[in-house]
Amino acid sequence: MSFINYASREINCKIVYYGPGLCGKTTNLQHIYSKTAPDAKGKMISLATETERTLFFDFLPLALGEIRGFKTRFHLYTVPGQVFYDASRKLILKGVDGIVFVADSQEERMDANVESLENLRFNLKEQGYDLDKLPYVVQYNKRDLPNVTPIETLRKDLNPTNVPDFTACASTGEGVFETLKAVAKLILVDLKKGR
Amino acid sequence: MSTSQMVMYDEEFQEINEVIERLLKDSNSKVIFLVDKNGQLISGVGETERFDTTSLASLTAGNIAATGGLAKLIGEKEFSILFHEGEKDNLHISIVGGRVILVVLFDNRSSLGLVRLRVKKSSEELSAIFEKLVKKSEEQAKSGSSSFPFAEITDDDIDNLFS
Repeated sequence: MSFINYASREINCKIVYYGPGLCGKTTNLQHIYSKTAPDAKGKMISLATETERTLFFDFLPLALGEIRGFKTRFHLYTVPGQVFYDASRKLILKGVDGIVFVADSQEERMDANVESLENLRFNLKEQGYDLDKLPYVVQYNKRDLPNVTPIETLRKDLNPTNVPDFTACASTGEGVFETLKAVAKLILVDLKKGR
Repeated sequence: MSTSQMVMYDEEFQEINEVIERLLKDSNSKVIFLVDKNGQLISGVGETERFDTTSLASLTAGNIAATGGLAKLIGEKEFSILFHEGEKDNLHISIVGGRVILVVLFDNRSSLGLVRLRVKKSSEELSAIFEKLVKKSEEQAKSGSSSFPFAEITDDDIDNLFS
């Protein structure tokens, strides 16, 4: 649910990075943070455990520039990926405008990917959203590792609806901005339609 | 979509600011923020430049969401007031009209009792303004959103953002 402020001429949108534990959601945000000009970003907040596992969420505000005199801001959130943090995950999805599903390409994480995707659909439904109607992209992360599942298999299992998808290596930044741009664009196109 | 889009217009924005400016004075507090439940900052008055308002808005909303989850677990609808006491500064957080979060930051020049009392009165006024705002944006949506700034954006406009 974007927030349009005619008084300050701003539009704010919320993007949520979803995916199984350790798939690289926080790393995506960290890369975006490190590569964005200081005047275009706010502070990145990570509510994490002592072992740097996301406990509640990471948050990164980005200002992309102006469209028709309106400042366009995107608020990037990640959810905690670990299965037992489901209650917190649901909360982060409130008011979401666009979703990035980050999949872990490693063979042994395939089941975790599928489970997390099902969990995403279920949690969205509980909030009254339909994943197929939301701006939504998929990222196949960790393509640099040796034991990765072939892209075709990942596509078949994780992207049956054929939304825009990207290969990535979030630790080096490959594919990170492509993913973000794609979801941001889908959100703006959605806004253009006026819902 | 489960929730409608939040839209803020000049007229209501000014009305809201008048209410929270008055609350700032009456409650003798330092800063007052209004935050959308999704973590977007709506407005702020007082010593706002001293704070990272964007982060504050997002964490407040996260806080309200988490305590709201707790409330449901024990069979409550929500906890409509939260109070955080610090060594010097305190936060009084309350839900206004079921949709917006009012954050009052105050120190020992004020007191919890005073803040609670003043917040209660201002909340009623704010609720009324937000109710009006929701109706207004619904009407605008029905009448065809001709004034909607994004209706006429082109693909080029969008691409330019990423250049």
